[in-house]
Amino acid sequence: MSAAPARPRPLIDALLPVAALVIALMLFSLFVAMEGQAPLEVLETIFAGAFGDAFGWQNTLLRAAPLILTGLAVAIPARAGLVIIGGEGALAFGALGAAAAALALAGSPNPVIWLGMALAGMLAGGLLIGFAGALRQWRGVNETISSLLISYIAVALMNHFVEGPLRDPASLNKPSTLPLAPEAMLGNLPGLDVHVGLAVGLVCAVLAWVFLRFTIWGFTVRVVGGNPRAAAMAGLAVTPWVIGLCAAGGAMAGLAGMLEVAAVHGSCNASVLVGYGHAGILIAFIARQNPLAVIPAAILIGGIGAAGSLLQRRLDMPDATVLVLQGILFVVLIAMETLRGRAWRMPQLPAPRLAKATPAPEEPA
Amino acid sequence: MTIDAITAVLLAMLGGAIRVSTPFLFVSLGETITEKAGRINLGLEGTLVMGAMSAYAASLHSGSPWLGVLAAAGAGAVFGLLHGLLASLRRVNDIALGIALMLLGTGLAFYWGKAYIQPQAPTLSAFHLGAWSDSPALRSALDINPLFIAGLLLAFALHWAFANTRIGLTLRLVGDSEAAARAAGAAVIPTRIAATVLGGALAGVGGAFLSLFYPGSWNEGLSNGQGIMAVALVIFARWQPRRCVLAALMFGAAGAIGPALQSVGISSGYYLFNAAPYALTLLLMALTCSRDTSLKGAPGELSLNR
Repeated sequence: MSAAPARPRPLIDALLPVAALVIALMLFSLFVAMEGQAPLEVLETIFAGAFGDAFGWQNTLLRAAPLILTGLAVAIPARAGLVIIGGEGALAFGALGAAAAALALAGSPNPVIWLGMALAGMLAGGLLIGFAGALRQWRGVNETISSLLISYIAVALMNHFVEGPLRDPASLNKPSTLPLAPEAMLGNLPGLDVHVGLAVGLVCAVLAWVFLRFTIWGFTVRVVGGNPRAAAMAGLAVTPWVIGLCAAGGAMAGLAGMLEVAAVHGSCNASVLVGYGHAGILIAFIARQNPLAVIPAAILIGGIGAAGSLLQRRLDMPDATVLVLQGILFVVLIAMETLRGRAWRMPQLPAPRLAKATPAPEEPA
Repeated sequence: MTIDAITAVLLAMLGGAIRVSTPFLFVSLGETITEKAGRINLGLEGTLVMGAMSAYAASLHSGSPWLGVLAAAGAGAVFGLLHGLLASLRRVNDIALGIALMLLGTGLAFYWGKAYIQPQAPTLSAFHLGAWSDSPALRSALDINPLFIAGLLLAFALHWAFANTRIGLTLRLVGDSEAAARAAGAAVIPTRIAATVLGGALAGVGGAFLSLFYPGSWNEGLSNGQGIMAVALVIFARWQPRRCVLAALMFGAAGAIGPALQSVGISSGYYLFNAAPYALTLLLMALTCSRDTSLKGAPGELSLNR
């Protein structure tokens, strides 16, 4: 009976990410204890820094806004069966495109500037990741590797333009593009100290969820992702769908870059790249590639990130502490895939080379 | 550009190719071993950074850079073991696991490495093969690190071992057809785990080169994705260790264009030239991959060729 096929167990499967979080926190506590810190104090500090007070929540949600979008950048192409990890580059390209659009539209009414920046950012990110999808469909290049290579190229291009052609001569120590006028910066949500990017992220996540779940196109995507050959047989245009989903994902990361420029930094510079793109991979995996679940996952990872500075100030721990926690969480999460659909059994080693023909002992009647 | 300047650039590229290629060589040889056994370890980037940090720390504390190299190999082996064991579980995807271990490796290296950004550890010294020459450019180009030579020898040794030793043949069998390997009585899972451990150890050594020779210090921006490019290099090298040498030298030369031009005063487009190795990798993959056939020379069990 050991080789029973995996049956879907929705409740247990939904609990797996929670269990992964608990196990990861335990392993992290062990790590922290070995480093000579009190685990409970560290965990309490992380919680306080992330969700403890209004300031913590503000910091968490500020990070969650771009993280929702970079999480979608991974989750949307994943629906077609692709593992895209170039979000950081798409974010960089989106920020660069948005900054360039802001330069071109300087002096226009604010809504025109914002719309232009958003479109430019989405176009830049979308083209970038769409290219990885095209390489996969047309040349058979593995999209995971190509998207990461493209990401490195995009970051280099961003550095080139920020320190070269688009550099604001007044930015001496920290090369930046020409900053937005203060009144052209995106404002905060009413009643919150968090910029409107959070609402943009939430809307995008809900739209992606509705599109993928409730429309005929979403069904098409599921068929393409489930079995591309069957999809092609059924007359579905697999290649445009794959490239389109990659481009949509890239557009999300590009939009995250635009928001960082338009709402946080005011210009495109190195501060835009703080690893939101890489964290998006983890977020999408926590969310099991479900656009709606990306929202709580982004808030969780945003919270862990927000706690970094408090850990540094209160306990004098390196800011990389939060990277360690994220890394442990990611590894546990992937390893726990082995329990999917068969939660209460021990993970099985591959079948033995020789089946022993020993008869089972008879049960006494 | 004058003749002198062109010579200087070419010499700097040659020196750069030799200097920059060593980490590429070690990670690509390590990844070749792992992939020959049928697994992909995309986490070598994290292993490389971890190796660089461990090497620097061990060299600083022990005073011996070679103990640092050993420590890097050990740290790499631990990460390889982690990947090997976890990827042996059912339904655990080796590519996704690699991404996770990449984040964990860089996270741990940055955490423990905070203390080592300032102090100066003893670094590896080079063989000065250019001592006979009057030209300083040529002399610096021919300052060759022992690790580069070790990598060269390793490439040829691996080529021989894959074709002529029992272990090498078992490894290839396991990577090409799990069913055939089981029929032949080979221990599939232990072989794959061992291949991943060895691959991790070599990637660790590649990291040691970064922190102990060139650039020769530890900081968080030390690696520029050499560990990721390993996977692409192995495809380009068609899973053959000797071709890994060629691939590593080519990528080293491409990476050296920017600094070489800067050395003769051309600094515009520095970042664009930095992107050259990535663009080259992408171009080569686009040219050598094909939609219709699986990659020539690829181990049959590899999940890369879908």
